[in-house]
Amino acid sequence: MANVAKRQFDAVIVGAGGAGMRAALQLSEAGLKTAVLSKVFPTRSHTVAAQGGISASLGNVQEDKWEWHMYDTVKGSDWLGDQDAIEFMCKTAPEAVIELEHFGMPFDRVESGRIYQRPFGGHTANFGEKPVQRACAAADRTGHALLHTLYQRNVRANTQFFVEWMALDLIRDADGDVVGVTALEMETGEVYVLHAKAVLFATGGAGRIYAASTNAFINTGDGLGMCARAGIPLEDMEFWQFHPTGVAGAGVLITEGVRGEGGILLNGNGERFMERYAPTLKDLAPRDFVSRCMALEVLEGRGAGKNKDHVLLKLDHLGPEVINHRLPSIREIAIKFAGVDPIKEPIPVIPTTHYQMGGIPTNYLGEVMVPKGDNPEVRVNGFYAAGECACASVHGANRLGTNSLLDLVVFGKSAGDSMIDFIKRERPVHKPLPENAADYSLSRIARLENQTGGEEVNDVRSAMQKTIQLRAGVFRNSENMALGVKEIAEVAERAKRTQIKDKSKVWNTARIEALELDNLIEAAVATMIAADARKESRGAHSHDDFQKRDDDNWMKHSLFFSHDRHLDYKPVHTKPLTVDYIPPKERTF
Amino acid sequence: MKMQFKIYRYNPDVDAKPYMQDCEVELEPTDKKLLDALVRLKVVDDTLSFRRSCREGVCGSDAMNINGKNGLACVTDVAGLKQPVEIRPLPGLPVIRDLIVDMTQFFKQYNSIKPYVINDTPPPSHERLQSPKDREELDGLYECILCACCSTSCPSFWWNPDKFVGPAGLLAAYRFIADTRDTATNERLDNLEDPYRLFRCHSIMNCVDVCPKHLNPTKAIGKIKELMVKRIA
Repeated sequence: MANVAKRQFDAVIVGAGGAGMRAALQLSEAGLKTAVLSKVFPTRSHTVAAQGGISASLGNVQEDKWEWHMYDTVKGSDWLGDQDAIEFMCKTAPEAVIELEHFGMPFDRVESGRIYQRPFGGHTANFGEKPVQRACAAADRTGHALLHTLYQRNVRANTQFFVEWMALDLIRDADGDVVGVTALEMETGEVYVLHAKAVLFATGGAGRIYAASTNAFINTGDGLGMCARAGIPLEDMEFWQFHPTGVAGAGVLITEGVRGEGGILLNGNGERFMERYAPTLKDLAPRDFVSRCMALEVLEGRGAGKNKDHVLLKLDHLGPEVINHRLPSIREIAIKFAGVDPIKEPIPVIPTTHYQMGGIPTNYLGEVMVPKGDNPEVRVNGFYAAGECACASVHGANRLGTNSLLDLVVFGKSAGDSMIDFIKRERPVHKPLPENAADYSLSRIARLENQTGGEEVNDVRSAMQKTIQLRAGVFRNSENMALGVKEIAEVAERAKRTQIKDKSKVWNTARIEALELDNLIEAAVATMIAADARKESRGAHSHDDFQKRDDDNWMKHSLFFSHDRHLDYKPVHTKPLTVDYIPPKERTF
Repeated sequence: MKMQFKIYRYNPDVDAKPYMQDCEVELEPTDKKLLDALVRLKVVDDTLSFRRSCREGVCGSDAMNINGKNGLACVTDVAGLKQPVEIRPLPGLPVIRDLIVDMTQFFKQYNSIKPYVINDTPPPSHERLQSPKDREELDGLYECILCACCSTSCPSFWWNPDKFVGPAGLLAAYRFIADTRDTATNERLDNLEDPYRLFRCHSIMNCVDVCPKHLNPTKAIGKIKELMVKRIA
């Protein structure tokens, strides 16, 4: 092996958002030597931008049951979610949220002193009967409150953070087992091998494959890229959530909590159009549904504004007190990014890419599962994933609002527990590193270093974002997606020849962006190919040429393999852990 | 629209010392914020280094000194900025490269105040109850994004970054003192009872002036000082 420094840990966690830090806490408190790598200081992870809430059937305001939460999640997922994982998440939710409160999270309160809960999209009582207040909130800064609390708790637990380190590649040995990662220390430009008994990816989503996204610059799908290059398939990548209310033009998120507090959507004629599409839940129908209705209004000429290209989110009727108390950041965002004060005027909004339902295939224990022979799910020893980068799959074809923060803490913890168990029982000593553990990463960096006559990173990234935006949007069709498959393959070829001018070692952000593009491209190709293949409409995948859900042929998860770009499929888990299967039915709201 | 900049540049790999670089960039109509302009500059010159992430003022990555005042590039409008826009790294911390500073000392101070709820009684099976009124005591305290705009605009922090906790850390200290669930007020006050850690704050109020989240560390520091005095009395 080339001269690369090695460090050894019991566990390595890549990513310090909600999932990574929840897992880190578990491992640190168990006394394991744990390294948490993050491209950014932990509190800058994108969890910080979550606004509206975290779901749990606490019933602090209205009667609620985890079984109702489970039903809503299954229905929200358009029956692509795995019902064992969904049961696990919804049943665990109350204790997970109470635990956050005990950690010191500054939730808003109701008069009884308990956590405040607000209504949210798709959250219902009694199996779809009426809206219920399930979203536990800290004003409209729930993600910030959660992330800072988890960081603080990790300070208490003395967790070892490697701040501004970027993981480069997964290290697998001859058996296919995971034994560590390679990583770049950004400040020095040095590459290291981190040798571990267990590795967790908690790297977040790849929302930046789209041109317009609520996501941060750092959301480049690094975990997906590393998996794809290491022969691990990516699951359900055709399913991308378009959040109904991104600020038109700017893409910045406006929480669904606005509608939870009573805000409504209006078209250009001033009509509350959601009443037509969803008579029961109205503006609080699930996100895929609301986004499609909004896009339809615009397509049919009922948009608002000079170009009739958006709709309006009206909340002035809530009054200054509710807005300033429950939605203070929304007011600030609207003033800063839309130039309107929502106390007086509506906010111009459009559906904007927000969340990746697919990702690294795992089970509800956070173990990464891949097909082997006839068995669709065989554990990759030593490898775990949690949070947005993982596909457990609890969100299926469409995630419910506030289930993302819940996913982070529930599966962050369960993955942490699984790792502790694995290290104790199965891998008490390190498995040896392969001889050439760092060679692949070093060759990627050397290629970038020596590339001549290549492509500008920014040009290739823009071409990718334009393609995905145009070919894998809210409404999809066969012709458009076939073009997308061809185009993204061309962009992927260009991405192999990226070139940077900056060749220095210290804090070389040009190099980091080029390495991030390698990861984005893997997610983009997977998205386009998986989308093109799915000949039905389900959740966020809305296909003009196949407008119905087709359970006979398509109630199955896609698995994309990068090396030869082929797709495989595996069954949806229809057996919950303890309760009865929730059989598919038509999704109306 | 063309925009003129004067940007602090320093790359330890190639520069013997820092310098101010004059540059100009053509902005698109969609480039509304300073961060948009910096991203566009970076397309032309990929060696320009700065931190950025959420681009909506909540992650705290892109704090810098803009025309002499600390702020977040992503929430600073380009319209109205005096040109050439002079951009420097946050003052008072070691510069690693260009606009990227070493924030180790800043976070060390934050960690030193034990930024977590301390309560040794076993928690109940439900929430530790807190009235809406008690919870309101945390408003204006918990929203800090650790961008360091405040501490790096504070002369007391510039002089004693190793001894003075600084406005961000002290705001966090009061956030836990004010939390009815926290039982360690005395211990927290002991931790700050020192000629430097708390009392180097001379109410200059630069921190209040620059905070992008409109928080008021000076007021929080005043409350801690009040508690100190009460404790002696």
